[in-house]
Amino acid sequence: MAIISRGFSGRRSAAEAKLPPGQYLTTDFPVLSAGPTPRITLDHWEFAIDDGSNVLKRWDWKSFRELPSETISTDLHCVTRWSKLGTSWEGVSLDVLLADLKTDLPYAMFHSYGDYTTNLPLKDVMNKQAWIAFKYDGADLEPEHGGPARLLVPHLYLWKSAKWVNGMTLMPHDKPGFWENLGYHIYGDPWKEQRYSNE
Amino acid sequence: MEGTAVLERVTWRVAKVVAMRDETATARTLALAVSDWPGQVAGQHVDVRLTAPDGYSAVRSYSIASAPSSDGRIEITVERLPNGEVSPYLTQKVAVGDELELRGPIGGWFVWRNDQTEPIQLVAGGSGIVPLMAMIRSRGSAGNGAPFRLLYSVREPETVFYRDELRTLSSQGDSVVITYAYTRVVPNHWPRPAGRIDAPLMATGTWPSTLRPTSYVCGPTSFVEHATDLLIAAGHDREKIRTERFGATGERK
Amino acid sequence: MNASLNYLDGNAAAGELSKVFAVDITSAEGQCGHCGARRRFAEAHLYSHCPGLVARCALCGHVLLRFASVRGRVFLDLRGMTYLKVDAAKQEEAGS
Repeated sequence: MAIISRGFSGRRSAAEAKLPPGQYLTTDFPVLSAGPTPRITLDHWEFAIDDGSNVLKRWDWKSFRELPSETISTDLHCVTRWSKLGTSWEGVSLDVLLADLKTDLPYAMFHSYGDYTTNLPLKDVMNKQAWIAFKYDGADLEPEHGGPARLLVPHLYLWKSAKWVNGMTLMPHDKPGFWENLGYHIYGDPWKEQRYSNE
Repeated sequence: MEGTAVLERVTWRVAKVVAMRDETATARTLALAVSDWPGQVAGQHVDVRLTAPDGYSAVRSYSIASAPSSDGRIEITVERLPNGEVSPYLTQKVAVGDELELRGPIGGWFVWRNDQTEPIQLVAGGSGIVPLMAMIRSRGSAGNGAPFRLLYSVREPETVFYRDELRTLSSQGDSVVITYAYTRVVPNHWPRPAGRIDAPLMATGTWPSTLRPTSYVCGPTSFVEHATDLLIAAGHDREKIRTERFGATGERK
Repeated sequence: MNASLNYLDGNAAAGELSKVFAVDITSAEGQCGHCGARRRFAEAHLYSHCPGLVARCALCGHVLLRFASVRGRVFLDLRGMTYLKVDAAKQEEAGS
């Protein structure tokens, strides 16, 4: 049982907002990363959807930015316990990227420049639940926060919103990504406090 | 009795703040009495854990500043970081008599033992002076006569830690040779303009590589990388350069 | 602060890693499984602002070790190292 440090409260602010269990509100925007910030030039950037064997769809930056985009205002919940409410983004919905794609593969592994991966059920990135975001707070997404573009899946813990995303591989079975195979929950619903795997 | 770095599994211990003194406007040394302290080797650090009443906790690492001693006491010097979470508490809120939890001593590579006899080059960037000061103090209390040099880079004169003690050491015959480098503001009549350390300063302010010293470099990551590059360019063996990087607590926007 | 230097080093992981290693890991020599570089673990680039600890080879950037400590359980992935060499004899005399 840890001893309580007299007068210590940490960085949290005492707002009355409704937060998922175990979260605290933050007003800054912490930068968490498992590696160096990749520096990707726009003329090399791409996003590709493959099924493990074949590339099904691919966009370079120009064709990606020609896709219809939308603004999103949403809350972020990080498994390290901070939540940031009312963040604003601009991005292309995964519904747009997946349009006309016929697949019966129910899972996807998103991968990023660098070596980060994270897995998601395909249905969790459809129906207005996920975007490839390229602007934050009205400005181009900064590299430290995942720019040029990151995945944004706000209904799950923020580790699922892969920074520096560059593609998704459709899979027949769910497979754990970078944090999921190191003790973190395979799905990650903050409202059910699914932080860690149950094994 | 010389402290030894024991192999026992490192567990949390209770430490009581017994004294405090300010080193600079933003840095404070805390003297801690630690229950069952096993002793330490110069260069090691402790992890300090603070826990809020609701169970939220934060852990930060701090180098031990004091020389090994047998009285179960250690000192840490904490610099208050802007937007820090733990350092404002430790430098402004904590009072004598308060208890903290700490884990340690930790680290077996970035250490200087007083059975080492080779020349030692210490390179400190800002708060990186703390573990190097433990080495200087350990050398002093052990009566070890190994040739020590310190290159201490700071922003301005007011940000020097342990200023009086270093001044006293400088004036003692067989003691540590100290070279200061100021990156933002220099003292009056200072011969070198403000700026980061560079090859010419290395050439005059550090041991030549032909002496084959063991070097200890400590400070922010960018400082450590830069200083290490300079040492290697001056002919030092990479294996003879030991480093410890301090970070800011991540970018906050 | 230059954000591309957002790492510490193996020294900063030693406290957490003491949950699994009975020996001091910072002075252990490790070989990177990707590029073969042999370095002290203290010199690894450590990323700690994430839901765990990730140590990367200072030379090639590949992951050497991943560690997460969650609710009393520790997960450790050492696949990125071909070996970790600890001088046990040295560790025994006068502690590491």
